[in-house]
Amino acid sequence: MAICEYLPRALCRFPAISDSYIRQARQVIDEGFKGIVREYGSIIDIVVRPLQLFLNYLERLFTTSPWTVVLIVMLLVVYFGSRSIRITIGTAIGMVLIGVVGLWEDTMTTLAIVTVSTLIAIIIGLPIGILMARSDRIQGVINPILDVMQTMPSFVYLIPVVVIFGIGKVPGLIAVVIYAVPPMIRLTNLGIRLVDKEVLEAADAFGSSPGQKLWNVQMPLALPTIMAGINQTIMMSLAMVVVASMVGVGGLGRNTLQAINNQFFTFGFLNGFALVAIAIIFDRTSQAFGKRLQRHSEVVHG
Amino acid sequence: MASHGIEIKGLYKIFGPRGRDHVEAVKNGLSKAELNERYGHVLGLKDINISMPAGGITVVMGLSGSGKSTLIRHINRLIEPTYGELIYDGVNICGMNERALREFRRHKTAMVFQKFALLPHRTVIENTVYGLDIQGISRSESTKKAKYWIERVGLSGFENHYPNQLSGGMQQRVGLARALTNDADILLMDEAYSALDPLIRVDMQSVLLDLQAELKKTVVFITHDLDEALRLGDKIAILRDGQVVQQGTGQEIVLSPADDYITAFVKEVNRSRVIQAKTVMKPFDGQAEGVRIGATTTLESAAKTMTENGQTKATITDDAGTPIGTLDLQTMIAAMVTPAGSETSKMAAE
Ligand SMILES: Nc1ncnc2c1ncn2[C@@H]1O[C@H](COP(=O)(O)OP(=O)(O)OP(=O)(O)O)[C@@H](O)[C@H]1O
Ligand SMILES: [Mg+2]
Repeated sequence: MAICEYLPRALCRFPAISDSYIRQARQVIDEGFKGIVREYGSIIDIVVRPLQLFLNYLERLFTTSPWTVVLIVMLLVVYFGSRSIRITIGTAIGMVLIGVVGLWEDTMTTLAIVTVSTLIAIIIGLPIGILMARSDRIQGVINPILDVMQTMPSFVYLIPVVVIFGIGKVPGLIAVVIYAVPPMIRLTNLGIRLVDKEVLEAADAFGSSPGQKLWNVQMPLALPTIMAGINQTIMMSLAMVVVASMVGVGGLGRNTLQAINNQFFTFGFLNGFALVAIAIIFDRTSQAFGKRLQRHSEVVHG
Repeated sequence: MASHGIEIKGLYKIFGPRGRDHVEAVKNGLSKAELNERYGHVLGLKDINISMPAGGITVVMGLSGSGKSTLIRHINRLIEPTYGELIYDGVNICGMNERALREFRRHKTAMVFQKFALLPHRTVIENTVYGLDIQGISRSESTKKAKYWIERVGLSGFENHYPNQLSGGMQQRVGLARALTNDADILLMDEAYSALDPLIRVDMQSVLLDLQAELKKTVVFITHDLDEALRLGDKIAILRDGQVVQQGTGQEIVLSPADDYITAFVKEVNRSRVIQAKTVMKPFDGQAEGVRIGATTTLESAAKTMTENGQTKATITDDAGTPIGTLDLQTMIAAMVTPAGSETSKMAAE
């Protein structure tokens, strides 16, 4: 650039720290990180092990059971969750189409990992959300963390996960959970905070202990909001399962990744549609279930 | 029957982070407006001294913002007092620790709320058993009690409805049933009837009076309606800007209002429903004439009895039935239409 000739160098090109320093710093940090991982390898194993067993168990259950059994159980769950014939029939059609194009097994693998990650997200998210609702201080600490987590591109999650846990199904699962847990936490917190002050005062006036207030009043009244959180968590798990295939998660995600790498147009789209079908099934069922939880507020007296 | 009254002694409430620091200044005469302007604190209650009799209905009355809700919420300590004492059964409620307070709320108090505050996800019967749930009483037992009270407040058949399927009046009955099922000594009612239309309101007042005649709880009833206060209150305390301006029986307040504020309040009141026969009777002169009427009968019902019997005179008797005075229609009508005592004396002076 011509202007640069008249300017001191530092004002023209950004004065970055010299490459060698950065290389050194990177090395130190990376080594330290790996050192920690090596050091605590056994602890990490203890954490990872049950996840792996659970995930493997569920995956085997889903993929090795006869498809008829899986489909019937699934339709029963959908029907009793949503109490809607339309959603149930839609589910049946969707799953049969998936089977016909030969994606049944991959779909089962994906279903297993989404189920496990959603369960874990609920188990982690619910108590954190409750804690946040109880204390403004905790909310003040956790909220910015959630903000960062939700704005960070999903690929970035994979880096620390891979460094700490390596490549494989479980690291993928962990990445999915981390990505999917924020809405669960946020909406649990929100749901509890939105509970009517008057009703809480009544609960206090009758001498409820904090625990009784939580289980008798706050949780039931927050449940519809919490259900919305679970719904979002499921949707985000489904999205992240595709990304997590990069670190070794199988199923529809891996197929999609392959399709991208090899330019398999039709195969890629079939997998995409299968993912959409599952997403719609989960979404409709959990929403219908959430609505049913609000039955008490349906008939509003005028 | 409730055996302990509630004694409120020198109670102050100053809203704000450093309320405690301003008590002295308020005691020394700092006004509500000054406190707010200079220190940004709100004076909620100032030097409240009320003795609420056991087994009676104490009505706390006042305009909006006068501190009624603040006062009643001190009795079960939904609001922490800044200074002062509330004594029940020899114990200072303000001094209770968390555990004792919870036990006190569970077993000694029950509250009915202005906006009902029912649990929307629970049916009528589930709402009614709430207090007993909290006490850890089994559903089989609590349901029995709840059914009884639901019937008493006239909601049989609605046990399995959700609150938002009911009208306001019905919801308030659920609130009342919920409080009564708790079977607590103290019944706190914060503008429990203000949201109801006039007919249902009178109806609910009757429900309360009927129940009270048999249960004899210590009731604290908040209202901004003088007619309601006079109908229900064994004792009435009138609040203004967080201070008690007058307390006494309904008759005392109607006959000798303490200041212009209360005079304005009592102007529109139906005096014949408040003034008792013994207040205006002439001393007994040995001649028992006309119908016999109890000393504490209101002029309205006395007039009704006399008219029904075609009499213009009545003999007033005490509880034992001994004549203690006489009353004629002339005197009664004069008492009903004469405005507050102060004005009569003023006219006489002129
Ligand atoms: N939490 C609070 N913080 C600050 N000021 C408060 C608070 N609660 C009440 N106040 C003030 O205390 C005063 C009395 O309020 P309170 O709710 O007791 O009135 P009230 O007599 O019950 O009125 P209403 O008839 O409208 O219910 C008001 O001036 C109000 O602004
Ligand atoms: Mg109020």
